[in-house]
Amino acid sequence: MLKTTPFHPRIAPLCASHAWRRWAGHVVASSYELSHEREYHAIRAAAALLDISPLYKYRLRGRDAARLLDRVVTRDVQRAAVGQVLYTPWCDAAGKVLDDGTVARLDDTEFRMTSADPNLRWLEASALGLEVAIEDVSDSTAALALQGPNARAILEQATDADLAGLRYFRLAHARLGNVPVTISRTGYTGDLGYELFLDAARALEAWDALVAAGRNYGITPAGMLALDLARLEAGLMLIDVDYVSARKALVDSQKSSPLELGLAWAVDLKKERFIGHGALREEAKREAQWQFAGLEVEWGSLEALYVKVGLAPQLPAAAWRTSTPVYSGSEQVGYATSGGWSPLLKKYIALAHLEAASARVGTQLEMEITVEHRRRRASVRVVPRPFFDPERKRA
Amino acid sequence: MKPYDAIIIGGGHNGLVCAAYLARSGRRVLVLERRERLGGAAVSEEVFPGFRFSVFSYVVSLLRPEIIRELELPRHGLHVLPLESTLTPLADGNYLAQWNDHDRNRRELARHSLRDAESYDEYGLRMHHMARAVKPLLAMAPPDPASLSPRDLLGMASLGGHLRSLGRERFHELCRLMTMSSADYLDQWFECEPLKATKSASGIIGTLAGPRSPGTAFVLLHHYMGELDGVFRAWGFAKGGNGSVSAAIAAAARSFGAEIRTSAPVEHVLIESGRAAGVVLQGGEEIRARRVVSSADPRCTFLDLVGEQHLPGELVSAIRRYRFRGSSAKVNLALGELPRFTCLPEPGAHLRGAISISPSVEYLERAYDQAKYGEFSRRPYLDIVIPSLLDPSMAPPGKHVMSIFVQYAPYRLNGGWTDERREALGDTVIDTLAEYAPNIRSAILHRQVVTPADIERTLGLSEGNIFQGELSLQQMFFLRPAVPWARYGTPIRDLFQCGSGTHPGGGVMGASGRNAARAMLEEGV
Repeated sequence: MLKTTPFHPRIAPLCASHAWRRWAGHVVASSYELSHEREYHAIRAAAALLDISPLYKYRLRGRDAARLLDRVVTRDVQRAAVGQVLYTPWCDAAGKVLDDGTVARLDDTEFRMTSADPNLRWLEASALGLEVAIEDVSDSTAALALQGPNARAILEQATDADLAGLRYFRLAHARLGNVPVTISRTGYTGDLGYELFLDAARALEAWDALVAAGRNYGITPAGMLALDLARLEAGLMLIDVDYVSARKALVDSQKSSPLELGLAWAVDLKKERFIGHGALREEAKREAQWQFAGLEVEWGSLEALYVKVGLAPQLPAAAWRTSTPVYSGSEQVGYATSGGWSPLLKKYIALAHLEAASARVGTQLEMEITVEHRRRRASVRVVPRPFFDPERKRA
Repeated sequence: MKPYDAIIIGGGHNGLVCAAYLARSGRRVLVLERRERLGGAAVSEEVFPGFRFSVFSYVVSLLRPEIIRELELPRHGLHVLPLESTLTPLADGNYLAQWNDHDRNRRELARHSLRDAESYDEYGLRMHHMARAVKPLLAMAPPDPASLSPRDLLGMASLGGHLRSLGRERFHELCRLMTMSSADYLDQWFECEPLKATKSASGIIGTLAGPRSPGTAFVLLHHYMGELDGVFRAWGFAKGGNGSVSAAIAAAARSFGAEIRTSAPVEHVLIESGRAAGVVLQGGEEIRARRVVSSADPRCTFLDLVGEQHLPGELVSAIRRYRFRGSSAKVNLALGELPRFTCLPEPGAHLRGAISISPSVEYLERAYDQAKYGEFSRRPYLDIVIPSLLDPSMAPPGKHVMSIFVQYAPYRLNGGWTDERREALGDTVIDTLAEYAPNIRSAILHRQVVTPADIERTLGLSEGNIFQGELSLQQMFFLRPAVPWARYGTPIRDLFQCGSGTHPGGGVMGASGRNAARAMLEEGV
């Protein structure tokens, strides 16, 4: 049936809500408590412990490991320093995004790649003629995210790592109790946070050590609902929700290039070649047709729609992910793919695909909203992503 | 009395579909079925007291969604229960299962090959695109590319436009599918032997060809059509057996005013001044009609019911060359208990789907080798379902029925089919199955074996071919059953064909019956 993660024996008794969901064939907690609210606030005010083991993980080793990755991903891997982590998309030959994830340089000739979808075949097919061993370590590697302002303090208690010196998107090797772990200063919350990779056989030991060290710092196991809100505030896109992998798209119009997803910064066209290079170089000469943008709903306009039917504004308790039309005047100029009420910012925000002409920051648009069974439109404004970007994330 | 607008010869599913569409358009229609029951090869019979069998065809996979919708078949009693999985037990006690649930399927495939687990989705997507590419052809009266008639030219123009719209990549892929063997095609995608074998099996069903025979890849696609119309999911088992598919279509036809007579065997088509004027039943009764439609297979229609003396010599020789070569048999079992597969002995979801004895491509190819030389396979390909697990009304409480499709059992068996050879085939099937589920012998309460010779004798399907002629490329589309008579007409005025022996043919699909009715209505019948 569904797989459980290596942390499941700890997670299952904590999951009082019995709200489970699937992630890459695994059963994971939507929320532990009856509401995800406290778990969300732990991300922003204390430290949340998230099981991210369902990520696909690959280890690439060999003389040509960097060359392989350079062929596949859009960023320059050869130039990455040992201990550096890159967030990157990768594309098909037409320059349409297949997946996104991280590439961590563990050594001169050794990398770890994480992805949302399986990519073994794609990596192998791209490795023809190269000296590199590709290993799917998804099941043998457990992964945890510790996210929130207290994350560093907890890891300082629990590990022997020099965390003061560990910069954003860098990694360190350390021991958590007795368990060897890789600590990567990355995350999916837009907050100060770390991701820990370790041997799945020692997952429970690691969990216990972290929970013990974090007790006085408010460590809180958090589920997917809390994470979804946090990643929305961080303006981070999600495969299958905010974009369709070119591998799964049924028609071309469902595909997106990294330039259309706001990832131009992660496409290194100066690289000699990578899959999709030619198409993206051509595309970069023009303005991208689509942009991936942040939207902020104007409170007054939202409130007025509800007042008209005798209600106070009703706000979504969790992030939604239903494609929702966005208009400029009578024309539909795009669609929002994720949205929700930010409990921290006290704003109703959304991520949207917009036609380039309507995507400039400050543009006034309208987004469909259903009020008492009727479709209405609320005023929205294009705003910069991320919505929330605390200094501690990088500091 | 006012003559009928149309007489339909044969109350199989295509005859009934054709009758329903004609009646729906206000035509006065009579269906004549030779047997005492309707349905042709889509029948449910209580062969053994308390146990009901879909004696011949046994699943619903390809029935056209537009027929279900237009004839309102659910209102007339059609209920398709989904088959959830395909289990391929292996000799070493392992197994390969394919599940409807994506995550469960991926996990199971990854147990055999991580690469195949990934390819599986891409293969499914490719087949989706290919099935979409071919789908418009199904509802089309196939144009003859060599003809200069305006109708054929228009048809070819629309077809050409369609093929161009596929784009280079998909057009090339379609060409590969049309020419390759299913084994070669699947080798491009997968490395896991039981997966390739189980998938390639759908390319050989009903055809005297092996998975390594060129042209079988295209049949893979034919079988993918059933999975195309996501909303309908008409891939499963009809509650009450496949007889209830026929019953639902018959009820729809009657609701539109069609008359249906059983035990009414047609002796020949009445031909007067070069046109069909009605039929003569065995026993001499003459029934007149403005049009006659035969749902019998091409050999039976042209050579038996019409007679060569009324036909152009070219057509007669084309029909004589048209390949039937029935190659499959059925074994129906009444069971006192469920089979216990060595790989998964306990009852479970794996028994609620198809069970495929297809451990490797080589296994299937060897099975074919023997059939090529006139023997039934010593270790045949089996496609098994246990309908009573989906629909308990098929068997007494706690008991079960098992339907086993067997390939290869060639019609032209060395020495011919006899009662002894039939039972020998039954023994071979049980021996094969017992290698994977040893309790099967003691579980059997009753066994029915149906050979191609039985299919021919009981249903009138020539050489026992379940598709009214092989689904091989040389007799598909505008070549089915013969040029230039692939658009449901015949050289005899007012005589039409609507059986599986016409485009697109094959499976409980109903497209031939619907297309024929539409072609007739367009001609102003």
